[in-house]
Amino acid sequence: MSGNDVWVLGGGVICGIGNNVPECIASFRQMKPGMTTMQYLSSTHRDSFPVVEVKADNATLAARAGLPAHISRTALLSAVAAKEAWNSAQLGNIREYRVGLVSANTVGGMDKTEDFFAEYLQDNQSGRLRNVVNHECGSITELVADTLGIRHHVSTISTACSSSANAIMYGARLLKNNLVDVVIAGGTDALTRFTLNGFNTLMILDQQACRPFDDTRTGLNLGEGAGYIVMVSDAIAKKMEIHPWCKLTGYANANDAYHQTASSPDGIGNYLAMQQAMEMAGITPADMSYINLHGTGTLNNDLSEGTAIQRLFGNAVPPVSSTKSFTGHTLGASGGIEAVFAALAVKEGYLYPNAQFSHQMKELTFSPVTTFSEGNVINNVMSNSFGFGGNCSSLVFSKDVNT
Amino acid sequence: MDSTGLNITGSVVIRNNRIYRNNVVIWETPEDQPLPDFLRAAYDHFSGQYPKFHKMDHLSKLGWLAAEVLLQHRPFTGYAPEQVGLILANRSASLDTDLRYFDSIKEFPSPALFVYTLANIVMGEISIRHGFKGENAFFTSDAYDEQLLMDYTKQLLAEGAVSAVLCGWIEVMGSGYEVILHQIEK
Amino acid sequence: MENLMATLKAQIVEQLNLQEVKPEDIGDDMPLFKDGLGLDSIDALELIVLLQQHYRIRIANPEKGPEIFHSVRTIADFITAHQQQNN
Repeated sequence: MSGNDVWVLGGGVICGIGNNVPECIASFRQMKPGMTTMQYLSSTHRDSFPVVEVKADNATLAARAGLPAHISRTALLSAVAAKEAWNSAQLGNIREYRVGLVSANTVGGMDKTEDFFAEYLQDNQSGRLRNVVNHECGSITELVADTLGIRHHVSTISTACSSSANAIMYGARLLKNNLVDVVIAGGTDALTRFTLNGFNTLMILDQQACRPFDDTRTGLNLGEGAGYIVMVSDAIAKKMEIHPWCKLTGYANANDAYHQTASSPDGIGNYLAMQQAMEMAGITPADMSYINLHGTGTLNNDLSEGTAIQRLFGNAVPPVSSTKSFTGHTLGASGGIEAVFAALAVKEGYLYPNAQFSHQMKELTFSPVTTFSEGNVINNVMSNSFGFGGNCSSLVFSKDVNT
Repeated sequence: MDSTGLNITGSVVIRNNRIYRNNVVIWETPEDQPLPDFLRAAYDHFSGQYPKFHKMDHLSKLGWLAAEVLLQHRPFTGYAPEQVGLILANRSASLDTDLRYFDSIKEFPSPALFVYTLANIVMGEISIRHGFKGENAFFTSDAYDEQLLMDYTKQLLAEGAVSAVLCGWIEVMGSGYEVILHQIEK
Repeated sequence: MENLMATLKAQIVEQLNLQEVKPEDIGDDMPLFKDGLGLDSIDALELIVLLQQHYRIRIANPEKGPEIFHSVRTIADFITAHQQQNN
């Protein structure tokens, strides 16, 4: 694939365990997951379900994002993480490049729509319309592109929990086709009553801290946040001095074609996504150093994902962990947040812990890593994102053999 | 091949209660027929035999129907399941269903409605129906950017990610809807 | 019991939007999931909503679903047992 490489130059994250990347890493290091009683979201389920909220109100986020405080939290989180990502890439003035923003989300401006709806339901002549104008998913990306000064290519992808991973795939293709010089790709989602109530009706929310890949797991915790990586193509990389984190060497998406929300028992979609991403990266199972699991903590996901991993890796499963045991499931943002963690694992030799693990799953022969470590030899990392609609994506990040 | 450089082997358009295949009206109902009735009548006309249809939201029903109209006429044959992809887009994502779900919350939130509050579920339904396991992407944007979807499809075919694609626009919001779906083969 | 089962069949058809099934097509002991009526995990959740809405019975643990929702008769038994318990 030489000559068609995609370089990862930096990343940004805001989520329930940190307002930026160094804070997130500190939380992993100190084994501090972010589940708490909800503080910012108002819900009748406040005392039933822990959530992993970003620990900042909208006014604080707006000040950091350079946006007005009345717009959707989904856009505020996005702008904060995208700015951190851009700055970490050390590319200078964004206006000097053809830049693409590919940002995924699933809730759009739902948080503001909910505020509108409360008043509107009482009286259909009331409610502030400015609360609903940015409801749709695409409009969140437009708001953030405007504040970042991005004019060349703006796209929104909405494929449930794999949205961000698909945004990164799409971004890589924009680079390979020389449509832009630089891509900021990932996703964002804010916590809303809509999603909380919805996952509650599906009865897959855990009332305690979630326990991914643990035999006693009973569901997921919802989180919120945003995560983006900054990528450039080989051609652009050669023209300037860059300080890459790693390369994006493989990606694939497959459809499980089984059920609207449940994964197939054999995890065929998961298997195809992982297998094809590794094939594209030109690596074998033995070359894989770490897998950042989708690992939501539901009975169904972890069994399907685990079964697919066992089928692909046999008796030689590499270290694995689900960082959702810290961040909760951030839905449309999860693939972006976890891509940053995965790329950073290659750069720094990190292995992230899986919190709340104590019981080996009966159906599996492997178990997740439970402690944080650094300085490991990490050549290839896979990040899994498997979503509703059978939408399964895997990304592979690799060390540049020449550095 | 046409001017897009793609081998488009079929197209379906559904609007104003008319179904066009390859630019010819193949079935229609009165323009003022409500969308749910139109969808049910179309289901009965184009096969039935798929009871799960009735549980779908309007977005999925439209996608399912468009795929049915294309693939009954010209099935994808000779492609492995993982070689058939779906690239779709629309304006309102799943908003039509989001609002219906909001409405159900007043009494009992409906799990069956909630599962359709994501735009890409329509791709899942088409994949389940036809056994497609290839790449899926769903874009949301203000207007139908056919060029973008065609270019993207071209890229997928070129890099070997898939060998056949259903791509197009499936929009529904309240009583307004529009479907444009193309069948593209290597 | 017969009345309850007949009512349940009509409610199931309505709640699950089984437009091509008539209530009388559902046998008392016909398995509702998989090979029988072919219901799936989302239908199971809708059945939980049905019990809550029409019979004021809450099932907090979806794990119990397969046992309770095996057939119309098992649901009727469950409802009857629950109502006797509360009397």
